[in-house]
Formats: sequence, structure tokens, C-alpha cells
Amino acid sequence: MMRFVRRCVLTLCLCLPATFAVAVEPDEILSDPVLENRARDISQGLRCLVCRNESIDESHAELARDLRLLVRERLVAGDSNDEVVAFVVDRYGEYVLLNPTTTGVNWLLWAAGPIMFLIAAGVGIVYVRGRDKPTQAAALSAQEQARLDEILNGET
Amino acid sequence: MITEFGHFALILAFMVAVVQMVVPMIGAYKRWDGWMAVAEPAAQGQFLFTFFAFGTLMWAFATSDFSVELVVLNSHSAKPMLYKLAGTWGNHEGSMLLWVLIVTLFGAVASFGGNGLPPTLKARVLSVQAAIAVAFFIFILFTSNPFVRVAVPPFDGQDLNPLLQDPGLAFHPPFLYLGYVGLSMAFSFAVAALIEGRVDAAWGRWVRPWTLAAWVFLTIGIGLGSWWAYYELGWGGFWFWDPVENASLMPWLLAAALLHCAIVVEKREVLKSWTVLLAILAFGFSLIGTFIVRSGLLTSVHAFANDPERGIVILVILSLFTGGALMLFALRAQALEAKGVFGAVSRESALVANNILLAVGCFVVFVGTVWPVVAEMLFTRKLSVGPPFFEAAFTPFMVLLGLLLPIGSIIPWKRGKVRRSLWSLRYAAALAVALAGLAWAMQSGQSLLGPVGLLLGAWIVFGAIVDVSLRIGSWTRLSRLWRLPRADWGKAVAHAGFGVTVFAIAGLLAWQKEDIRVARLNEPFQVGPYHLLLEHVSQEPGPNYSSTVAQIAVTRDGQLITKLHPEKRIYPVAQMPTTEAAIDFRFTRDLYVVLGDAQDGGGWAIRTYIKPFANWIWGGCLLMAFGGLLSLSDRRFRVAAPGRKTGKTGAPPPVERSAV
Repeated sequence: MMRFVRRCVLTLCLCLPATFAVAVEPDEILSDPVLENRARDISQGLRCLVCRNESIDESHAELARDLRLLVRERLVAGDSNDEVVAFVVDRYGEYVLLNPTTTGVNWLLWAAGPIMFLIAAGVGIVYVRGRDKPTQAAALSAQEQARLDEILNGET
Repeated sequence: MITEFGHFALILAFMVAVVQMVVPMIGAYKRWDGWMAVAEPAAQGQFLFTFFAFGTLMWAFATSDFSVELVVLNSHSAKPMLYKLAGTWGNHEGSMLLWVLIVTLFGAVASFGGNGLPPTLKARVLSVQAAIAVAFFIFILFTSNPFVRVAVPPFDGQDLNPLLQDPGLAFHPPFLYLGYVGLSMAFSFAVAALIEGRVDAAWGRWVRPWTLAAWVFLTIGIGLGSWWAYYELGWGGFWFWDPVENASLMPWLLAAALLHCAIVVEKREVLKSWTVLLAILAFGFSLIGTFIVRSGLLTSVHAFANDPERGIVILVILSLFTGGALMLFALRAQALEAKGVFGAVSRESALVANNILLAVGCFVVFVGTVWPVVAEMLFTRKLSVGPPFFEAAFTPFMVLLGLLLPIGSIIPWKRGKVRRSLWSLRYAAALAVALAGLAWAMQSGQSLLGPVGLLLGAWIVFGAIVDVSLRIGSWTRLSRLWRLPRADWGKAVAHAGFGVTVFAIAGLLAWQKEDIRVARLNEPFQVGPYHLLLEHVSQEPGPNYSSTVAQIAVTRDGQLITKLHPEKRIYPVAQMPTTEAAIDFRFTRDLYVVLGDAQDGGGWAIRTYIKPFANWIWGGCLLMAFGGLLSLSDRRFRVAAPGRKTGKTGAPPPVERSAV
């Protein structure tokens, strides 16, 4: 049954996470708006582990709710944003980070776009420069030269 | 019985496709007119057979024929008729049948049109198109047959996923597929041109309408999907950078690049080999998109393992076509000599920049999409690449594109002057800066995203207006407006649409407001300038679901604006809840209300959003699509393109001829 549901969702969907309804519940919200804002910021960058590509901020899953509460707990305890994220990553691994780090081979992920852009721009500039010259008439082939001579000789 | 007829028709279509793949290709090689002429009736027959097969499947869904396995798995007798019909493609087998139906549709359309095409090119195009169809017929008939019967038909079906029971989603896949598969025509033209060894202005003119049509369909399809997400998912997100979404964005970006560089081929006969490469890649990414969605590889490695056979078959098709075409390209590309000369500052260069930015943007999306799989397989790191990455890595290229767009679109062909073009745009720039400054002053201390988005969007929109005014020459001669070619209008409208979407996305993200609270009956609460009052909550039955409906009165300054009815539904057959947000659509903002769960201490969780300029996102998409249609209706495309110059008049240089 799950497989069938998943297939359905995959099929049509150029779409999206398959859960619904309220994500952040009213009872979770911290009374301090500054802390609450920080909590929202953090939870938008953390992945719900049991969902498809959803942040815990959007997800309706129980686990996401637990994580949201955990984030708020740490914030109330006085952790900085980075400390909270580090705390969650320690428990659940790098997989929870929606924003991949730049450590290890991940530099390749981040650098891929800029590197490709530089290469493409370089090739583009060389190409455009190359087009910017007045074309030299291509040298005639032996056959064409012979034909030309024939015409010229014929006329004179 | 009808189902068996459909099955049989599908097999016949497969046979016809095999004939169409082989015979015209040999005919074109040997210059046998009779063999080449096979392509046209074959393409039309293939379409008719496939159409009939698809029709019988739809009939099975419409009549709820539960002796067909696919209908049992994906339908239910109590489902509204629209979703019974849409259920035909709301599943793997049916959607693949739709895919191949569209392949044959495009082949049939190409066989009717294209009278100006050289017969060998046309035969080869139809042959390549048939080859694509053959691959997918094999895929359908041997791994995903939609016509399989069940031995003991059940009384009722298992219902379609409730998420998919939505008008937006009923039309989203057909449009998307029309776009994906439309690119197959560009691919067929590219491969046929490589086999012929010749790409010229006439070729560019033939490829462009197909690409344009595919791009228009993709734009509409993506827009529909995003709009559906916006109103259905319950918190007003419109783009999630999900692998399956990226799968549709990548061909869209490449199709946009392709239709721009096909202009260069048509007008100036340069960038030929790049255009051919793009046509191959654009369809390659369509196939990759199909692979991603079908195999589920990127959403979960385990989903892929559940159904490895199908995923692998698509992977084989993908590597066969893309790899084969790229190999052909490597062998033949040098035959495609460029002819035109242009200055470093010129429309040609601007279009090169456009292509670089779009292609690099596509590359970034691609790398981000496959990186989790690569990292897991090669470096044993299990990680996620989510929206923050794409926003940071993809956006700069689009911003650069937006900055260059107005300049590039008015700079003259061959040789231009940056200063002169910038001077023409001085009012557009001044207006855009003024608007952004105003927005910045009004929002007082929020992020710069809103004003910067407005600056960019307004710059593009006003740039498009300047573009039109330059074409007319002087605003005192307005009658010229009507005589402007539709392609010019299309260009301006599509560019303006892009600007509108850019602005709307930035504005929505920067200025939206959110309110989450427990609302009690008849206790008003305030969100922004609005007062909301939860009047009552009731249970109501639906055709195939039961619903909890709230009524919320919205007032502003004591004036009743509207009554909203957010719902929560339960679909008993699929055992799934969905939320139906209530949205008050207005020109400058949406008021978006979602009903949550009943709370223990009484009252209901209610989330309210004010979403400024939300509709403008899809308004911009519509403008882009409309611009594409305008351009498509241009006289140049309606009137048969002039026949290709033959070798005898000396048009193709010796290099090209020797390559044939």
C-alpha cells in the first residue's frame, strides 16, 4: 500500500512533500518573539527525517514536532543558533542540514557553479573575440583555383 | 474487450513505429523517395493507434472497469468524473502511455507540416522521432503494461491518492509532458541535422517553433504545479527545490537557452554546433527528469530498489539516446561551420551571455539535485541539499541574467555600442531605482530582498517597454504598434513576464506575514490590518470524503471583506487527510487561512498568512507563456519557411558539403 501511494505521488507529481496541515502548532510558540524568530530560522534549515524533502518548520510529522520543541528548548537554555544546529547534527548526522556544509568534498558542490561559470564565460569570451575579426577569405582549393584560372583565362 | 482492443492497438503502434524508424532512414540514405515517403503515413497511423489505446484506457477509468488492474489500483466508483478521467495519467503506467502518446502526436503534427523541409531531413526527423517512440513502446509493453487484467475483479477500487484529486493536478502532468516531449522534436531535428551534416538558417527556423511550443507548455505545466502547491499544501509555499521539481526546471532553463540561440542560428548562422548540443541536452534533461520521477532514485534510494527494472530501462533509454546523440555530435560537429561575423558588443554576444547564464543555472540545479546520491555512493556521506543551497547558488546567475536582459534585448545585431543602448534605457533604469527606493523607504528596516527584487523586476519590465518603443521609433506613431511583428510583441511580453515573476517571488518572500494561534469561536483576532472572526466550525460530507469546514469572517476598518471557508478533509478509502486552505485572492495580496486541529482547551489552531503579490508569480508565468504563443503565431512561422537553398546555388560552403 505504501508503495502504491508513493508511486502515485511520484507519478504525477512534479510535486512535493506529501504531508499537510499545520506545521508549527500554536502551543509550541515561544512567548519571546526574538527567540521564536530564531527558532523559525533554525527550523527552516533542518530537515524532517521521516519526510520527503521537507524542513521541520513545514512538516506535520511527530518527529518534526519533537525537533522543533528541542530547538526551542536549547534556545531557551541560552544556546546560540550555531550551537543549537551543532547539537541537532550531533544527534542525527549531517543529513538533517538542508543547507549543506562546505566541509570535505562539499566544497565541490558549492564551487561547481562558479567554476562552471568561469569556464563557460572564458570559452564564451574567446569565442566572441574570435568572431570579432574580419574574416579572411578562405584560401581557394586547388580545384577552385583551376576553375578560376579557367574563367579568367577564358575571358582574356 | 475494449481493453484488449486498446492493448492490440498499442502493439500495432509499436510495429508501425519500428517501420517508421527503419524504412525512412534507409530511404534518406539511399535517396529512395518511396521509402522516405513511408514516414508520413506511418507517423499519422502510429498516432491514431496510440490515441485509440489511450482512449480505451480512459474509457476503462471512466466506466470504472475494475477488471483492469490499473483501474483497481487508482480509481474508485465514488470519485468525481473529472478525477476518474485524470486518473488515467495519475499513475505510472498511464502517465507513460500519455508520454508516448505525445511523442506520436508531435510526430504526426510534424508529418503534416514541414512541407518546406527537404525530404531527406524530414524523413530523418520522423525516423528519429519514431526511434524515441519505439524505446518507450518497449518500456510500456514489457515493463509497465497498463492493460493488465485481474483474475478476480474486486467490487471497488482503491482510489486515487487524494492529493492528486485536484483540478490543478489534473492538468499539470499533460502540460508538463507536452513540454518535456515537445523537446523531443528539437532533439530529432538536431540528430537529423547531424546525420545530414548541415545546419543553416532554415533549420533554425524549423526548430524554433517546436522549442517555443515545448517551452510554453513547460512554463504552463510548471506554473500549474507551483500554483497547486501554493493552495493545496497548506502553508503557501510555491517552490521547494524538490528533485522532481528540479527535474522540470532543468529542461525549462535549457529550452529557454535553446530558443534564444536558435534565433542566432536563424538570423546570423552562427552558434550552430552549440545549438545542436543544446537541443540534445534539453531533451536529455527531459529524459533525466522522467528517470528521476519514475525511478524515485533521488527521493529515496529504497524507492528505486523497489522497482529497479523500470528505473534501469529508463536509464538505458537515457544513455542510449543522449549518449548516442552526443557521440554523433562529437563526430559531426566540426562540419557545422559558422558563417557570421559579429562584434564583441552585439546582440549575438548578449545571446551568448544569456545561454551561458541559463546553462550554468541548469548545471547548478543538476549538481545540487544529484549531489546527495553522489556523496552517498562515492564518499559515504549521507547529506541533504535543500532550498538554502539552491537559493544561494542558483539565484546569482538569474540576477545577472535579469540585469543583462534589457540591455541585451535592445543591443543591435552584429555590432553595437553599450553606451548607446544604456542611454536608451535611462528612463527604465531611473524608474526602477525610484520604485525600489520608494519600497525601501516604506518598508523601514526589513531585509533588502524586497527592494532589490523590485529593482530587478521593474528594470526588466520597463526594459521590455523600451524595447517595444525602440521598435516603433516614436510614440507619436502609435499605429505602428499594430504593425509590429508578433514575434517582437512576444519577446517583450515574455521578458516582462519574467520580470513580473522575479519581482513577485522576491516581494512574497520579503513581505509576507504569518500568524499562528488558537482561535476561539466568536473571539476576533487581528493579522496585519485585518480582523478575523471564527464564526463556526461544522462537519460536512463530500462526494468521496468528509470535511471539517470553518467559517471565518474577515473585516478591515469595520468593513466585511469576505467570509473564508478553510477545510480539513478525510478521504476514507485512502485513509488520508488533506487541508484545503481558504484564500481571498486580491490583486496586490492574498489572504490565506488554514484550519488546524481542534485544541484540547477549546478553540482551533488557525494559521493566517498575508501573501503580497502572490498571484503575480503565476501572472508572470502566464505572461511568459502568452509571449511565447504570440511569437509562435508570428507570420514567419505560419507561412511556410522558404525551402533550403540547394547546394547548386552555392549557399552551403564546400566544408559542409564534403561532410555529407
